[in-house]
Amino acid sequence: MKDFGFGIKKSGVIDLDKADMSLLREIAAEEPSFLHCFYCGTCTATCSAGKYTGFNLRRLQLLIKRGQLDEVSERISECMLCGKCQWVCPKGVNTRHVVMLVNKKLHARKIC
Amino acid sequence: MKLEGKKLIWKDYQKEIPDDKYFYVRSCIRQNFFPSSEYHFLKIMREDLGKDVYETEHHTTCGGIGYHCDVIQLDTIMSIVARQFALMTEAGYKNYAVSCITSFGLYTEIIHTWQTFPEILEKTRRQLKEATGREFEIPEHVAHASDIIFKLRHEIAAKAKYKLINQKTGKPLKVVEHIGCHYAKMFPHKGVGGAEYPYVLAGMVEAWGGEVVDYPERRHCCGFGFRQYFVKSNRGYSLSNTHKKFESMEPFKPDMIITNCPGCPYFLDRWQYVIAESEGKTYGENGHGIPVFTYEEVAGLVMGYDPWDLGLQVHQIAVEPLLDKMGIPYAPEAKYKGLDGKDLGKPEFPQNICCC
Amino acid sequence: MEDVIVVIGGGPAGMEAALSLAGRGHKVYIVEKTNALGGHLARWDRLFPQQDPAQDILNDMLNGIKNADDKIEVICNAQVQSVKKRMRGLEVMLSNQKMIQADAVLVCCGFELFRAERKEEYGYGIYDNVLTSADLEERFRQKKVLCADGRVPEKVAFVHCVGSRDEKVDHTYCSKVCCVTAVKQASEIKELYPQTEVFNLYMDLRMFDRYFEQMYHKAQSHYGVHFVRGRLSEVSETADGRLQIKTEDTLLGRPMKLTVDMLVLMVGMQACAQTEELSEKLDLKVSSSDHFFETKDLFLKGNYAHTKGIFLAGACTGPKSLPDTLQDARSAAESIHRYLTA
Repeated sequence: MKDFGFGIKKSGVIDLDKADMSLLREIAAEEPSFLHCFYCGTCTATCSAGKYTGFNLRRLQLLIKRGQLDEVSERISECMLCGKCQWVCPKGVNTRHVVMLVNKKLHARKIC
Repeated sequence: MKLEGKKLIWKDYQKEIPDDKYFYVRSCIRQNFFPSSEYHFLKIMREDLGKDVYETEHHTTCGGIGYHCDVIQLDTIMSIVARQFALMTEAGYKNYAVSCITSFGLYTEIIHTWQTFPEILEKTRRQLKEATGREFEIPEHVAHASDIIFKLRHEIAAKAKYKLINQKTGKPLKVVEHIGCHYAKMFPHKGVGGAEYPYVLAGMVEAWGGEVVDYPERRHCCGFGFRQYFVKSNRGYSLSNTHKKFESMEPFKPDMIITNCPGCPYFLDRWQYVIAESEGKTYGENGHGIPVFTYEEVAGLVMGYDPWDLGLQVHQIAVEPLLDKMGIPYAPEAKYKGLDGKDLGKPEFPQNICCC
Repeated sequence: MEDVIVVIGGGPAGMEAALSLAGRGHKVYIVEKTNALGGHLARWDRLFPQQDPAQDILNDMLNGIKNADDKIEVICNAQVQSVKKRMRGLEVMLSNQKMIQADAVLVCCGFELFRAERKEEYGYGIYDNVLTSADLEERFRQKKVLCADGRVPEKVAFVHCVGSRDEKVDHTYCSKVCCVTAVKQASEIKELYPQTEVFNLYMDLRMFDRYFEQMYHKAQSHYGVHFVRGRLSEVSETADGRLQIKTEDTLLGRPMKLTVDMLVLMVGMQACAQTEELSEKLDLKVSSSDHFFETKDLFLKGNYAHTKGIFLAGACTGPKSLPDTLQDARSAAESIHRYLTA
């Protein structure tokens, strides 16, 4: 193949048709409160780890719901499991359980 | 898809297009990209349809390329445009026919600016007078040359020797129509059919026997743009946009693409070669690309002009599969011969895309 | 002598106001331009927030009107031709040449749904499987929501704010009821077809009224509806007749596309076509910002027009939910009663 010095760029568009929604389904089945999140960001505002890393629990939950698992696996280990997010969540999401489940299921998929 | 719905929208975007007496201005780049398109526009208009179309060698660039590359300021552009209008006024014409889409967009934008801010018009008049001694009138009608061919599409159909129909199957050819962004996306009411479902090329395709393909990325940019192409390291962006379009039209199996912009046919044509050579992917049948045409070339083919006289040999994507479908005869040995019969030299043939 | 009130418009506001006025002993004429009472309510299947059948609510009102036939006279297929000020009250001339000497006029001409075709890029009227919320409601009444080719849709997307909060169509206001209707309809799709995936594309979710937030919660947790904060940019048809839609997931900050089998446009409310005409005939003020009628104020004179003897109620003074419309109608009746007995 010829090298022209430029090539087709990877698209930044989330293609929901090709997204992997399996993690969403599995977590929702085991921890139904996962579906309650309305993305207020209180968890992220209070997060200890998020102040020093790129960890953002609001975004992470959304990435799972959009099937963007690569980015989830890059970030999930940054959570220190302190649980402050659960303390502040206005929708009663069992956030620590969600993080534990994400870890477990990504390990099972060997992508984390 | 309900065509009736589109017709309702088309009703809202009717444009007054005179069918005669035009002052014609060429594009800066089309004579290199598609050397015979403007020539055949004039030939068809004057000789086949008996219209009065005037052009002058004193016409220059409209400045659009400089404008869109951020190297010439609008004030200067307005003076350049005013000079073109002065040439029209001096020649005694009131209808302005534009070959280039970007010029068309620019003329439309500037006239709109002058109408909205009369003091800017006065300033431009003053500047032109001081610089050149010329005076100008704003054209009564500004038409893109594709508007005129659209207007005359049935006259062309009446004289047609060939149709956009697959001679073997008897079915209409599937045609992707691609409209230059500067045609109607800035001023939807200045384009035939508006910006969302433009009718200007679709109308030609219908009138000449083909069937328009409405594919998801139809509205997307061809990939040309200006800034993203002129810097080589940015060309991946241009290429990616074109790639996106071809991936989207592929499932519809189009037979050809018709365009009305200087840049679009060039990039849709050339980037198919780059995609094939760098990625190994082709979008036409049997390892070919999808042939890309200007509307003048398609009008010329329909009217029975020789494909090589129409300049189709300078396309990167071979046009022969389409000529075969339409039943248009051509002499393969004459492909790389000039008008005087002199050998033009053969291009280097690519590895991954079939070029006949 | 009993007072006479002409109510223009036989939708929920007009009917409820007529019932209230009749209950206070006044004589009411309802002038309805179509051949039946009911307005938009007659076309709806179930009502938020608790899924009450629209037909039941409508029937209750129609029965009320029937039982009050000594006080309420319904004149269908008629419009107001002119209104003239007289020494006492107003002389109302109808299109059927009937003349009524009225002591007060109540305008309840309601709203129209935004014409979705105006958002050309959404493909309504062009692509077979693009519907409006009203079209969907019609299908709910038939208990069947199928694609044009007869399939059960596997994926459905709802687009909020179609013709609302949109300068491009000169509707910069919020239509109030579309968000909750989208949540209702999304849930109803899941009730009907649990396997169907449903996506709601919203700009803000305005769950302002009682039980709305609970509906949203249930749509998320019980029905598994996907809520995407982002506005639709354009729709196009794929080779297999499905719909490719584009939005940004604004909470992730990334553009997103997906293919669905059916797209539902949540069309907003706009001032009805008669607004301008009525404003001339009755000397009413129309807001330059949203084109609905203006009331004297938004507090104590919220049902008073600027012209003496003329009152306003319902969605002709801006988008309202059905409960709000009915309350507004009752409040208008109270205002008229006070005016007539003062």
